[in-house]
Amino acid sequence: MTEQGDLKSGSSLEKILKAGHFAFTGELGPPRGSNAEAVRKKAAYLKGKVDSVNITDNQTAVVRMASWAACIILLQEGLEPNYQMVCRDRNRLAMQSDILGAYAHGIRNILCLSGDHPKFGDQPNAKGVFDIDSMQLISMVKYMRDDKKFVSGADLDEPPRMFIGAASNPFAEPYEWRVHRLAKKIKAGADFVQTQCIYNMDRFRDFMKKAVDMGLHEKCYILAGVTPMKSVGMAQYMAKSVPGMDVPEDLIKRLRDAGKGKAAEEGIKIAIEQIQEFKEMKGVAGVHLMAIEWEHMVPEIAERAGVLPRPQV
Amino acid sequence: MIVAKRKPIQEIKEMLKGCKKVLNVGCGTCVAVCLAGGEKEVEVLNAQLEMARKLDGDPIELGAYTCERQCDREYLEALDEKVKEYEAVLSMACGAGVQFMAERYPDKPVFPAVDTTFIGVNQGVGWYEERCRSCSSCVLGLTGGVCPITMCAKGLFNGPCGGTNKGMCEVSKDQPCAWHMIYERLKKQGRLDCIMDLRPMPEWQNQVPRTVIQPGYEKPEKEAEKQKAQ
Amino acid sequence: MHLLRAIQKGADGVYVVGCIEGTCHYNEGNFRARERVNHVRMLLEEIGMDAERVRMYNLSSGEGPTFAAYAKEMTENIRKLGPNPLKGTGRGQESH
Repeated sequence: MTEQGDLKSGSSLEKILKAGHFAFTGELGPPRGSNAEAVRKKAAYLKGKVDSVNITDNQTAVVRMASWAACIILLQEGLEPNYQMVCRDRNRLAMQSDILGAYAHGIRNILCLSGDHPKFGDQPNAKGVFDIDSMQLISMVKYMRDDKKFVSGADLDEPPRMFIGAASNPFAEPYEWRVHRLAKKIKAGADFVQTQCIYNMDRFRDFMKKAVDMGLHEKCYILAGVTPMKSVGMAQYMAKSVPGMDVPEDLIKRLRDAGKGKAAEEGIKIAIEQIQEFKEMKGVAGVHLMAIEWEHMVPEIAERAGVLPRPQV
Repeated sequence: MIVAKRKPIQEIKEMLKGCKKVLNVGCGTCVAVCLAGGEKEVEVLNAQLEMARKLDGDPIELGAYTCERQCDREYLEALDEKVKEYEAVLSMACGAGVQFMAERYPDKPVFPAVDTTFIGVNQGVGWYEERCRSCSSCVLGLTGGVCPITMCAKGLFNGPCGGTNKGMCEVSKDQPCAWHMIYERLKKQGRLDCIMDLRPMPEWQNQVPRTVIQPGYEKPEKEAEKQKAQ
Repeated sequence: MHLLRAIQKGADGVYVVGCIEGTCHYNEGNFRARERVNHVRMLLEEIGMDAERVRMYNLSSGEGPTFAAYAKEMTENIRKLGPNPLKGTGRGQESH
């Protein structure tokens, strides 16, 4: 799947994907403070259950412990982090600088994202930097890794050999453009992609068909995003208030019909059904499970989805 | 045009505290068009300030004059004698005009009566919308005439991001997604190839005060000296 | 400006009379007048004057009694508000 026989980063995630295993990644949001113990607690649930863990970067434009810092804590706990970097808070100088620092500390996977607009956070008029966009960031990391230079053209004193990830949202308008945007990201240098959490399976199947037709799955590992619904309220909220989210009415109905207090269990059942389908779906190389603030459920979901034990590479 | 909005009256009152005789100078170009600082607005503001200061028991004498525009020295000349009679100048022009006035009358405090807001278009009487951020590297030819810096909340050059919400920006249900518009426009014109390739990192040009000298013209040394001496 | 000037020069109140909305001979004159009256009310509020000193009423030219009734209402309204504080020393804000 890679041009050279060599690994780009040598990360577990890369090795697992390269070996053809179905990857299973998780996610962890750092605390709103310096509480390192909070990170360790969440990490403990995920250890051994996922191949690597996304660490979010000031998610929803709300300040939390820096992603790179929480990534280091994860490394200390024996897990592999996926360092998320958004374009909202840093200019290209700080980005290059942070990438070098992250690599120096052992971080090997990086996700290049635009970032939620500052308006979502609790300091809405903070300056959104957006010096470069997510696609330019992807190409920048690739340049640093493969050309071994800074964007300015100056040589790097040891290049950061990162496994480059990106996000893809098959559900936001304009739909027809989304697969082309994915193609653009892959061309820019994305090695793997995690999609926005999927609820509209029909639309996703259609998206994957197009992606496979374009041969995108051969150039990049596509991981399907899954977030189990905890309640009818959560499903309704996501349907109405989260931009770019597509939650079909049938899903909300199914959760409601499960009965009082049983919605969470139904949500897990649905997630597991999805994971089973993704295992067989052409072009899907793995699943990215986002059980935000529900990390303690990950072991059970992983077990029931039949993805344990995780392969050792 | 440049669009501005008059400052709240309290803020203007605060600026003029202690002044007894102030010349209110309007501008007949951009701020007049957007109903912020033209001749009419000068009259209205003067009436309000006069009444407000009277209520405070601290009367103020206000002069009124409106230039064609305050960003061209030839139109400011007419003010030179008049300004001498006043303690301070209140300018209803945009930030550029205010600065030219302040530079021309360095001994007199010059106060801005409006907040210069943006470069924009006229959607209706009293209704103006931003369209341009004066980035110095216009890409409108490649984006079907929709500015990605101004109209995209994240200023993306390779958008849209994943937050498009039914064709609207994640920031607000009333703000159309610029990249959705760009896509639709280019699709209509059969020019999607304009956005197929990665657009490289921008070189931001609007970080230091810029100068434009049109081709064929020069910044004569003598002219520059003359202006410095004024 | 006329409305503002009247108050500025000491009028205790100004009332503007226009046609019933939808029946104006000049089609939109009364709508624009209403907008201007509202704008002036806002300008007065901004400086601490009571917006009620400027009002607009709509009626047709044939409605003599209604006109008189509005005039009475306006007069009582103004009496309640008291004289224009700008008259005389002009000291003191209006409270409301």
